[in-house]
Amino acid sequence: MLAAAAGAADTDALDVEARSLGRQTWERFRKHPVAVVALVVLVLLIIAFWAGPWISPYTYDQVLAGLPNEGPSLSHPFGTDQIGRDLMVRVFTGGQISMTIAIVVALLTTFIGTVIGAIAGFFGGWVDTVLSALTNLFLIVPGLLVLLVVAVKWGGGVYSTALLLAFLAWPVIARVVRGLFIQFKEQEFVQAAIAAGARPARIMFRHIIPNTFGPIIVNATLAVGAAIVIESTLSFLGLGVRPPTPSLGNIIQDYRGAIDSDPTKVLLPGLFVVLITLCTNFLGDALRDALDPTSRRGH
Amino acid sequence: MTEPLLSVRDLSVTFRSDDGDVTAVRGMSFDVMPGEVLAVVGESGSGKSVTSLAIMGLLPRSARISGSAMFDGKELIGADIKDLRRIRGKDIAMIFQDPMTALNPVFTVGNQIVEAITLHNDITEKAAWERATDLLFQVGIPDPKRRIRLYPHEYSGGMRQRAMIAMAMANGPKLLIADEPTTALDVTIQAQVLQVIRKAQALTGAAMMLITHDLGVVAGLADRVNVMYAGAVFESGSIDDIFYRTGNPYTLGLLGSIPILTSRSADKLTPIPGSPPNLLRLPAGCPFRPRCVFATDICHDAEPDLFPVNGDGHSSRCYHIDKVVEARAGSTA
Repeated sequence: MLAAAAGAADTDALDVEARSLGRQTWERFRKHPVAVVALVVLVLLIIAFWAGPWISPYTYDQVLAGLPNEGPSLSHPFGTDQIGRDLMVRVFTGGQISMTIAIVVALLTTFIGTVIGAIAGFFGGWVDTVLSALTNLFLIVPGLLVLLVVAVKWGGGVYSTALLLAFLAWPVIARVVRGLFIQFKEQEFVQAAIAAGARPARIMFRHIIPNTFGPIIVNATLAVGAAIVIESTLSFLGLGVRPPTPSLGNIIQDYRGAIDSDPTKVLLPGLFVVLITLCTNFLGDALRDALDPTSRRGH
Repeated sequence: MTEPLLSVRDLSVTFRSDDGDVTAVRGMSFDVMPGEVLAVVGESGSGKSVTSLAIMGLLPRSARISGSAMFDGKELIGADIKDLRRIRGKDIAMIFQDPMTALNPVFTVGNQIVEAITLHNDITEKAAWERATDLLFQVGIPDPKRRIRLYPHEYSGGMRQRAMIAMAMANGPKLLIADEPTTALDVTIQAQVLQVIRKAQALTGAAMMLITHDLGVVAGLADRVNVMYAGAVFESGSIDDIFYRTGNPYTLGLLGSIPILTSRSADKLTPIPGSPPNLLRLPAGCPFRPRCVFATDICHDAEPDLFPVNGDGHSSRCYHIDKVVEARAGSTA
């Protein structure tokens, strides 16, 4: 009897089938055409960065005798540089290295930031006071200045550059995660879980953390874009990845003298920096919507 | 006489605020007998929710709680957290006001009911899922086998509250605390959900504390009623005592605020004048005095105790019970 009454009055979605959260997320993501294009472009770039240098007959530091400063041709689509290295393989290898640094930075900052933010937000009290003070300390430090100083001593390598960047960038994510934990801790479903007899560890890991995945993934995605820009800046200033190892930043630095005579040599690596940043930002914005389980846009 | 299931004595809850201490509950005492439905009625800020949160141990650490709440022979106030965890969700289960926010958005309804079951029972996943499906069926969710795999946002408001009730029923609690269980729902759904709550209470044989500001809900469900005002019980009695032999001016005011469809348009609603007291600065004497039509000088001097009104277990915090009873008799005659 009760079931019949319910069926008549308060069911508006009898045709709803059970779909996994992942499937629902994908369906919402698909509604953002720009982001789908951005995802495709990013995947293509990653394939090009890793497969390109591997397929290419040249290596990034190979000097081809007698072929300096060539324009684009069939055998050298991006041309060659002033000492006769194939520019395409240099740009792609540089992209690979910049991308590696960006991804490592995004993973490291997300990990450190999440752990510190989660502990601060969940436990509150003096733990929060200490960790927030530490976070704010790192936030007010002028990052670029510290990088300039510290990079002289420890910079230069691919992974040391990534570590330095992560070391300075984690507070942003820590603040976000701390805010999320404070927000979710006060939610009624957490109260309901406590009222059902759940322990603090269960509440933290099973009830709060899964709710923070969405925003954390969004921030990690955006961090990739930000890291590409900072890495390029640092390498451009000669304090990031050191030549002959190419990165998008130090390739621009290499050829900046040719900006008048042959602007493509500067514009090409610059274009890749812009493309990656643009795509990660579009991707992040679409994920923000798609990863919100209560968003109705997929229906 | 049977022992009460829950016996609250002199419960007080104080919160510290920037403007001074706020005493949200002032010396509450009441009993809940096994299997009975006790309605706790009052305006916002009367302390009804805080009372239930104090019993469950869900108040923030900054709250200062004194008094006693004996549940089934165990003291709940200041109890060890491990003992409380064993009781929460098993012996005392809670139905929250807004099922949208009380269910975790990233898990299916099934996951959450199964969790409620496995937290207190040593049974296999499979058995827990079967039990959860059965519970959803009992609360009137059509096609529970399929619906159990849906997420809360894929449920309608009424179905979500049904699912919350299923969760609360999961471990056969002795006491259900329902905090405004229909307030967040459409009026068309409220009656259905009340039916489900009544059925859940009958199936489990649990006693219930029904917290509400809606006297209509009370009339349909409760055995006894506590009317709260300014953090204290103002009138306590059976449902007939409260509705027909009203002995407190505040209760009388609440009754006058209910619209009656059958009444002629000439009978206007009579709202209670003024607004609920500021808990930071309670008026001297009876806290209801500034809004009370019966008030005299004596009400200014001291807050009245709960005096017995004729009838078993009917009491009222008022110096002028006789006049109130008379007025009520006159209006219903």
